[in-house]
Amino acid sequence: MTLDNKYGVPTVALHTHVFEKVVESVNRVHGMPRAPRAFVPQPVMGKTAAQLRAYIDGKDPLSGRPVMQEVIEGLTQPIDDSGVVNEKFAHAATPRLVDADSEENLQQLFLEKNWTDKLPIVMPTEKRVQEMLAHTSHKPDEVVGHMRSTHFREYWEYTVEKVAVNAVMAGARPEYFPVILALASTGVTARGSTSSSAAAMVVVNGPIRNEIKMNSGTGAMGPFNHANATIGRAYGLLSQNGQGSSVPGVTYMGSQGNNYAYNNVTFAENEERSPWTPFHVEQGFKASDSTVSVFTGCRSTAFTLGVREHFWREHVRSMLRGLDAHSQPTFLLDPITARQFIDRGSFDTKEKLIEWAYENSLMAAKEYWDYQLIQNYIYPRATFGEEPYASKLKAAPDEMIHMFKAEEIHVVVVGGETNGYWRIMDCNYQKTVSVDAWR
Amino acid sequence: MADSTNATQSMSVLNPVGYPPKITPKALAPRLDSLDGKTVYLVDPRFDDSGLFLRQLQSWFADNMPTVKTKFIEMNNVYTKDDPVTWEKIKADGDAAIVGVGH
Repeated sequence: MTLDNKYGVPTVALHTHVFEKVVESVNRVHGMPRAPRAFVPQPVMGKTAAQLRAYIDGKDPLSGRPVMQEVIEGLTQPIDDSGVVNEKFAHAATPRLVDADSEENLQQLFLEKNWTDKLPIVMPTEKRVQEMLAHTSHKPDEVVGHMRSTHFREYWEYTVEKVAVNAVMAGARPEYFPVILALASTGVTARGSTSSSAAAMVVVNGPIRNEIKMNSGTGAMGPFNHANATIGRAYGLLSQNGQGSSVPGVTYMGSQGNNYAYNNVTFAENEERSPWTPFHVEQGFKASDSTVSVFTGCRSTAFTLGVREHFWREHVRSMLRGLDAHSQPTFLLDPITARQFIDRGSFDTKEKLIEWAYENSLMAAKEYWDYQLIQNYIYPRATFGEEPYASKLKAAPDEMIHMFKAEEIHVVVVGGETNGYWRIMDCNYQKTVSVDAWR
Repeated sequence: MADSTNATQSMSVLNPVGYPPKITPKALAPRLDSLDGKTVYLVDPRFDDSGLFLRQLQSWFADNMPTVKTKFIEMNNVYTKDDPVTWEKIKADGDAAIVGVGH
C-alpha cells in the first residue's frame, strides 16, 4: 500500500486466500479499500515450483477468476473509486454505554459481539466500574495506552475507565486494579494475531504480590488463586477489546489457538524462596518496587524433574534444543530446582545460569538457517548486516552456532517445593513496568 | 427465584471496546494503459517461500507476456519493517509492482 499511495507506483498485492478478511479489513482502515489484490490458495510454504506455477496459472479461489487476469487488470484498469468517498471511513466513537437489557440478554450480547473469552463475565455496571476506579488516583478519562493485534494493523486507544470495565468483566477485585492498569500501560497485546498462536505471560514482583494475595507457590500457574486468575483474564479481555477486536479470521489468525491465553500464565515470582535476585531487580527496579513484567510469544514448554548429578548438562541441552530456534527461552524454576542448579553448576546468580544456557544451546549452521521462522524473520536481518546474525550467516554449514542471544534468556523462580519439577517456556520478554505508578 | 429475577431485570452496563483511530481516505496511483514494454518489479517480502513463488510468477510473464520486463527484488529486511530504499529504487526504475505472497 505504501508503494502505491506514497510512491505513486501502481501495485497489486498477492495473498493466500485465508487472509481475505484480514486484507479487506487492513485496506479499509488504511484508507484504501479498493487497493487491487488477488488471492492464491493457502499454503505457499513447502510447495514445489510446479505447484506454485499451478497456483499462478489457476484461478483465484475467492473470485473464481484467473489469478493473472486479476493481477494484470489491477495494474492497468482504472480503479473504480466511485462511492469510496461516501464510505464510512470515520468510525463512530465507541459509545460509553450498551443499551440497557436483562443480564441474560447482555451476557448473550457480549458473547455475540466477541467482547468476551467465551466464558461468562461479570456485568460492568456503573457501580462496579466506579468501585474499580476508586483504587487508582488516575482519572477515568486518562489515556492509558494503545494496542493493535499485529504490526500492520491500526492502533486503538483506551482509557482508565475502559480498563476498569474489562477488569470488572474478568471478575477482578478493585484492589488488583493498579496491576491491571500497569499491564494495560505496556501497550503489549495479549491477543496477538500471529498465526503461530502465541499467548502472553505475566510475572508480578514486589510488595503488591502479598498485598493482593497472589500465589507464587504451590499451583501458582494453575487455576487456584483469585488474583492470578482474574488479573491475567483482565489483561486478555482488555487486549482484545482495547485493540478493537480479536476475531478468528479477521483480527486473530492463530491457526491452532492457545489455551494459555485464557489467563496469560499470570503468577508472582517466589522471591521469598528464591536464592537469586528477583526478576524486577534485574530489570533495574528496587526490591521494594511493585512491578509487572510482560512476555509474549508463549507457545511451547519443555519440562523435567530435578537437575541430575551425572547428565544434567545433557538433559538441559536437550530441552533447549527442543525449542524452535526462533524462540527465547525462559527458565521457570521451582525453588528446589533453583538451589539444585547452584549445587550442580555453581550458578550462584541467574546470570551465570543464563550464560551457561547460552553457551550450551548450539546447532549446526545449516540446520539453524533452515528453520522456517529463521528464514522469515532472521535471515533478512542477517543479509542486512545486523549482528550477531550477519556473523552467523558466515558460518560453515556444519559449524555449531548459538541458537539464542544471551540477553533473550531469562530465569524466574515460581513454585511451592512439592517437588523439583521445572520448565523452559518459549516466550519473548517485552518489558517491566511499575505498578506503583498506577495506584 | 432470586437468580431468575436478577437475570431478567433491566440493567445498564458500560461498553468495553476501545476507541478506533480516525481513518483518512488515500489515493491510489494512476494505473498504466498497458504493460507492454514496461518494467514490473516483483517484490519479495521474504516470507514463507515467497521468493520461490515470485520466480514462478516471473516465468509466467516470460511465457505469456514477453514484452513485459520483470525484475525480482527482495525487501531489505523483514516484511514487518518499512523499506524506503527498495520503494525508491522501484519508483526510479520501474513502472509497476507486484508484491507477494504475504499476509
